[in-house]
Amino acid sequence: MTTTQNTPARSLAFLRQIAGGLTTLAITLLGLLLVTFFIGRVVPIDPVLSIVGERATAAQYEAARVALGLDQPLWKQFGIYVLDAVQGDLGTSIRTGAPIIGEIARYFPATLELATLGTIIGVIVGVPAGVLAATRPGSLADQVVRLVGLMGYSMPVFWLGLIGLLVFYGHLDWVGGPGRLDPVYEMMLEFSMTQYTGAILIDTALNGAWEVFANALSHIVLPAGILGYVSMAYISRMTRSFMMNELGQEYITTARVKGMPEWRVIWVHAMKNVMVPLITVIALSYAYLLEGSVLTETIFAWPGLGSYITDALFTADMPAVLGGTIVVGVVFVTLNMASDILYRLVDPRART
Amino acid sequence: MTRMTQWLTDPNPTSRHQARIGQVWLAWIRLRRNPLAITGLTIILILFAMAAFAPLFATQDPTTQDLTQRLLPPGTRGHWLGTDDFGRDIWSRIVHGARITLYIVALVALTAPALGLLIGTVAGYFGGLVDTTLMRITDIFLAFPRLILALALVAVLGPGIFNAVLAIALTAWPPYARVARAETLTVRSSDYIAAVRLQGAGSARIIWGHVMPMCLPSVIIRVTLDMAGVILIAAGLGFLGLGAQPPLPEWGLMISSGRKFLFEQWWVATMPGLAIFIVSLGFNLLGDGLRDVLDPRSAAR
Repeated sequence: MTTTQNTPARSLAFLRQIAGGLTTLAITLLGLLLVTFFIGRVVPIDPVLSIVGERATAAQYEAARVALGLDQPLWKQFGIYVLDAVQGDLGTSIRTGAPIIGEIARYFPATLELATLGTIIGVIVGVPAGVLAATRPGSLADQVVRLVGLMGYSMPVFWLGLIGLLVFYGHLDWVGGPGRLDPVYEMMLEFSMTQYTGAILIDTALNGAWEVFANALSHIVLPAGILGYVSMAYISRMTRSFMMNELGQEYITTARVKGMPEWRVIWVHAMKNVMVPLITVIALSYAYLLEGSVLTETIFAWPGLGSYITDALFTADMPAVLGGTIVVGVVFVTLNMASDILYRLVDPRART
Repeated sequence: MTRMTQWLTDPNPTSRHQARIGQVWLAWIRLRRNPLAITGLTIILILFAMAAFAPLFATQDPTTQDLTQRLLPPGTRGHWLGTDDFGRDIWSRIVHGARITLYIVALVALTAPALGLLIGTVAGYFGGLVDTTLMRITDIFLAFPRLILALALVAVLGPGIFNAVLAIALTAWPPYARVARAETLTVRSSDYIAAVRLQGAGSARIIWGHVMPMCLPSVIIRVTLDMAGVILIAAGLGFLGLGAQPPLPEWGLMISSGRKFLFEQWWVATMPGLAIFIVSLGFNLLGDGLRDVLDPRSAAR
């Protein structure tokens, strides 16, 4: 392995790359806002009418229109839109009249908790499965991993959620039903605990409320397991192909010839290099889980961002839908960016 | 060796036509050895047959309601997959739903790759500012999570099958543009393109007649692999009530209508989901096999 040299020239080049990446990020985010802006403009719902109501006079209507800035030219409206968005102002919800960013901040931790646990499950199961398949190509284990993975790609996640509820909640009663907690515990959480993060598992653990923790765990295990399966399908497949590629390299042959135990060859030598592209894959699958949670959350009545967006959709609350879209888009782009930077940090070759 | 196979595997084909058909034949032979790919192909052929001859496969009319026959369990005489809350035969609805699924898949498969192919080849062929601009737009669309963008678009366009297709197509083209651009970059500076240019061909002719055909194999593989995703997103939109509208027998919609009876009458939601699963598995298996056969990079391994 090459040692990393931290010469000034090298770090400078690295910094310059990050700066270039941030420029790309900014342009992409601007494009994102442009798309949501135009979606918001062509929507057939009149935003003024939905605020002032049907029986407003023409003067009231006009006043509301000016207050919303809709009398300005389009490019100016977009400029204001971008400036607001950069400052965290995504508009107000038509449904509740509250600022959207505040509402999303309340919903987001639930999604984050679910997607994080899902990704952890996906990595814990997916990486070893991929390695197992790669070390015995063509074997029964390889076929099983491949088929289970393909099934994960092919299953409608909302359907899997329903089947999961039917079997593990309805028939076996092993897990908690929809929602994040039983109502009793929800009250306890609400009134007698400090909520540090909004992630119930962490909050209850910090408060030492293990009974509530256990209940939360019984509720999250099924949706997280289902999302974990989906991400496992992707991670195991990519791990397999990266590992196969690595095991064909000469340094692996050398290590084997030297008499190194096989587990060390695979898990230490090859794994070190597999980790590099795998980071990107894991970041990507994490981003997809945030998206995949939209349908999962509706099934499990999970009060997260997905539920927020779909609820807003059914009440024709377009600003809330677009606000949610922007937040998911920003997280998506940032995760991609972060994985790119991490990739460069881990792989010295990518730093040239 | 029969005369037919001899003609197909002739190392010295007498016409361009023969050479091309021979290539397809060889690909087919390689594909035939992959049992999983053949399983996938079989599933898709059955889907096509079911859609084409739906009235023959269906045992009842898919929309006829009979409230005396509500929520019958699978295995009931005349309703082997049971009936839903309006007494409609679930099997017949699934068979007729194959038409809707194929309609969505076909429309997306025709529009999204065409758009992506056009943008990708133009970007790759001209390079420079055109390339930067087009690829930046592509990246922006790639940065959007597909399902959420489709949701926002359908929210604007209004629910319905056609709008769902439009929303899916608008979110599905960027990967094709990427693939087509990469492929274009590899052929752009090759001698045969230079030869055509020297003969006086314009950019449009070169792109249409000489660059695009080179991009087609990789794009086709991507289409097959993508169709499973398209089916899942379409079903998701249907499930949320944003795709096909009742009483159409769309599979996602059928699952959502069965949700109310999940714990007592499990089959109403389970059966259409199984159909979605099998069909998208079929596309995934075939796409996987096709990639092994047609993609020279993976075949070398």
